[in-house]
Amino acid sequence: MTDQTISTKPSPEAIAARSVLLGRARWGWPEIAFWAIAVALYFLMPTKLMLLSEIAILGLLALSIDLVLGFAGIVTLGQGAFFGIGAYTAGLLARYGMGEAPWSDPLLGLLISGGVAAALGFVTSFLVLRGSDLTRLMVTLGVALIVEELVNQMKWLTGGSDGLQGVMPSAVMGVWEFDLYGKTAYVYSLTVLFVLFVIARRIVKSPFGLSLLAIKGNPLRTRAIGMPVNGRLVLIYTIAAFYAGVAGGLVAQTTQFASPDYVAFHRSADALLMLVFGGAGHLYGGLIGSVIFRVMQDVLGNITPQYWQFWLGMMLVLLVLFIRGGIIGLLMKMRGRIMRNRGPSA
Amino acid sequence: MLRRHILKRIAGAGAGLALAALPGLSAPALAQETVKIGLVLPMTGASASTGRQIEAAARLYMSQNGNKVAGKTIELIVKDDTGAADQTKRLATELIVNDKVAVIAGFGLTPLALAVGPVATQAKVPAVIMAAGTSMIVERSPFFVRTSFTLPQNTTPMAEWSAKNGIKKVVTLVSDYGPGLDAEKAFKAKFEADGGEVLAQLRAPLMNPEFAAFLQRAKDLKPDALFLFVPSGQGASLMKQVNERELAKAGIKIIGTGDVTDDDQINGMGDALIGMITSHNYSAAHDSPENKAFVAAFLKANNNMRPNFMAVGGYDGMHLIYKALEKTSGATDGAKLVEAMKGMAWTSPRGPMSIDPQTRDVVQNVYIREVKKVDGQLWNVEFATIANVKDNTHPTK
Repeated sequence: MTDQTISTKPSPEAIAARSVLLGRARWGWPEIAFWAIAVALYFLMPTKLMLLSEIAILGLLALSIDLVLGFAGIVTLGQGAFFGIGAYTAGLLARYGMGEAPWSDPLLGLLISGGVAAALGFVTSFLVLRGSDLTRLMVTLGVALIVEELVNQMKWLTGGSDGLQGVMPSAVMGVWEFDLYGKTAYVYSLTVLFVLFVIARRIVKSPFGLSLLAIKGNPLRTRAIGMPVNGRLVLIYTIAAFYAGVAGGLVAQTTQFASPDYVAFHRSADALLMLVFGGAGHLYGGLIGSVIFRVMQDVLGNITPQYWQFWLGMMLVLLVLFIRGGIIGLLMKMRGRIMRNRGPSA
Repeated sequence: MLRRHILKRIAGAGAGLALAALPGLSAPALAQETVKIGLVLPMTGASASTGRQIEAAARLYMSQNGNKVAGKTIELIVKDDTGAADQTKRLATELIVNDKVAVIAGFGLTPLALAVGPVATQAKVPAVIMAAGTSMIVERSPFFVRTSFTLPQNTTPMAEWSAKNGIKKVVTLVSDYGPGLDAEKAFKAKFEADGGEVLAQLRAPLMNPEFAAFLQRAKDLKPDALFLFVPSGQGASLMKQVNERELAKAGIKIIGTGDVTDDDQINGMGDALIGMITSHNYSAAHDSPENKAFVAAFLKANNNMRPNFMAVGGYDGMHLIYKALEKTSGATDGAKLVEAMKGMAWTSPRGPMSIDPQTRDVVQNVYIREVKKVDGQLWNVEFATIANVKDNTHPTK
C-alpha cells in the first residue's frame, strides 16, 4: 500500500515542520551582536567588571524565570529560593572546602548548587501544578519564605543574619583566581551564562519548547490532544530551578559571600521585574532587562543616592505603560515596521 | 606565596588597564592633590535612617572644618548599598579600585561591615566603621577602625545599674543577629555576676519583626524588668507594641540600650516612654558645649532632623580621618593611616573618646539616661556616667 511507502520517507508535513524548527533555531545577527558586545565590554569597561558580572548573574536568574513564566506560563515569585539555596550551597562548599580541590572547585560547586536547587525545584513543582496563577504566586512565595527563615535560623551552618563569611573558592579550572577587579568574575559569569543560554535556547526551540508554549496557551486543550501537561511542567520547573541555583552559586563564588538577603522576597521580585521590563518569552528579555535595570540603578544611584528608587520606579511605570511586551517587544515592532517599509521583496 | 604573586600581577594588570582607559583621571598631579573618602551607606531600604544621619553628619563636619587637610583637598563620595551586603562589597571594591579612595567608611549594619573586611585587608585601605556595633568586626581585618560603639560596651553598664537599683529578675528581648546576641550575652554575664537572674532570653527576627508574641511571653514571666535591644530604626515599632501590651501597668520596668530610644525617632514614640532607663554612648541631650554646638548646627543644616548616635559616629569618623591625614602629613598609605588612628583621642559631641591602640575599637563614656519631656519634646537625659568604657570581650593578645 501507498501508506507503507510514505512511512519510510518523511512526509511533506514532517519536512515542513523540521524546516520550521530549524529556521526558528538559526542564530540571527542581532543575537551574535549581543554576545559580541558582552565580550567587548570586558575590554571597554575594565573598571566596571564587578557590576557587569553581577548583571550577567542577574540575567541568568531572569532567564530562569523566563523559562517558567515566558514559556510555560507559570507565574512565580519564588525563584529567589533556588537562587539562595544555590548561593549557600556554593558558599558552604567553598568555605569548608578550605581552598582544597575538589570541594572548593568553582565549576563543581556550580554543578552541585544547581543540582541541590533542582532537587528542591522538583519536589516543590508538584505544589505548583495545583491551582491557578494566584495560587502559584502564593505557593512559590511561601516556599521562598520558608527557605529564607531556614537560612536565618540555621545559624550554625549559614551564619544567620550576619551572612556566610570566609567563602574562598579555588581558582577557576585551577588557573584563574578571583580578583578584586572582577576580571575572572566577569569572564567566568559570562561564560556560564552563555553556555546555559545556548542550552536554554535549544530547549525552547525544540518540540518540547513548543509543547510548553501550547500549554501556556491553553492547558486544557493541550491535555486533550494527549500531551503529558504535568510531566512537562515539572520538567521545565526543575530545569529553571537548576538555572537559578547556578546563578546563586555564581553570586556566592564571585562575591565570596552569602547572606539571607539572597533569598529575600525582593530578589525574586526584582528579577521578575527585569524580565517583564525586558520582555518575557524571548530568552533575551531577562538579559536585556537586567542590563538596563542595573545600569539605571548604578547611574541614578551615583546622581542621587537617596532618591534613585523614585526615578527607577517612574521609568518602569512609563515603560510598562507605553511599551507593551518590554524592550524586546519594542525592538520587534520597530523591526517589523522597517521590514514593511522595505516592501515584500526584502 | 605563589597565589599572592599571581593576585598581585592580576591586580597590577587591572590597574594598568584602568589607567589606560581613563587618561583624563590619571593625571598624577590631580591624584596627589585630592584625597577621596568613600562612604558606603544604606540610603534606601529598612536602614535608610542610618545612612541619612551619617551622610548628613559627614557633610556637616566637612562644612565646618573645610575640605583641606595637610594641603590636600578632601572629596566625599557617597554610595547607596540598600542594606544588601553584596552591594556593600561591590561598591567598596569599586571605590577602591576605580575611584582610588584613601579611606572607605560607613557600613550601616554588621553584615555589611563584615562583607567589606576581606576587601579592606586585600587592598590595604582603612575602613572606618561609623555604625555597625557587633564586637568582633574589628577583629576581622587589621584595617577596621571603629568610631561608633559596641553592644557589650553599651550593655554592661545597663546590667550593672539594674543590679544596683533593685532589679532582680530580667527577661531580655533582642534582635536575632550579631549585635543583638552580643547585647544578650553581655547583659546576662554582668547581671548574673552582680547577683541578678535572667529568666528568659528572647530573640525576634531581624527582618520584618513582629514583637507581640515575644512581649506577651515576657509579660507572662513576670520579671522586674524587660531589657530591649533592636537596631536603629526599629525602636518605634517595638515601643508601640510595648505600650499596647501595657507592660508598665503589669509592674515591669522597661530598660534597654539607647538604640531603642533612638534620638531620630523618640518624639514619635509617645509619652508612654517617659521614665524608661537606657544606657548608651550618645544622647542628643548630652550636656556639653561641643554637643550643643553640634546639635544646633545639625538641626539647622538638616531641616530640624535631630542627630542620633549614628550621626555622631559619622561625625567622629570624619574627624578621625581628618586627624589621621594631618598626622601623616597627607600621606594616604593605608597602613600608615591606621597606625595614625591608633591611640587618637579627642573630645567629641558625645564626650571624651579615643581609639584603643590594641584593638582599633572605640573607647568612650557610657551614660545611663532616662526619657524625659523637656520643652515639649522627649529626650534621653543623662544622669550617670561610666567613664572610658572599653569593650572587654575582645580576645587579649
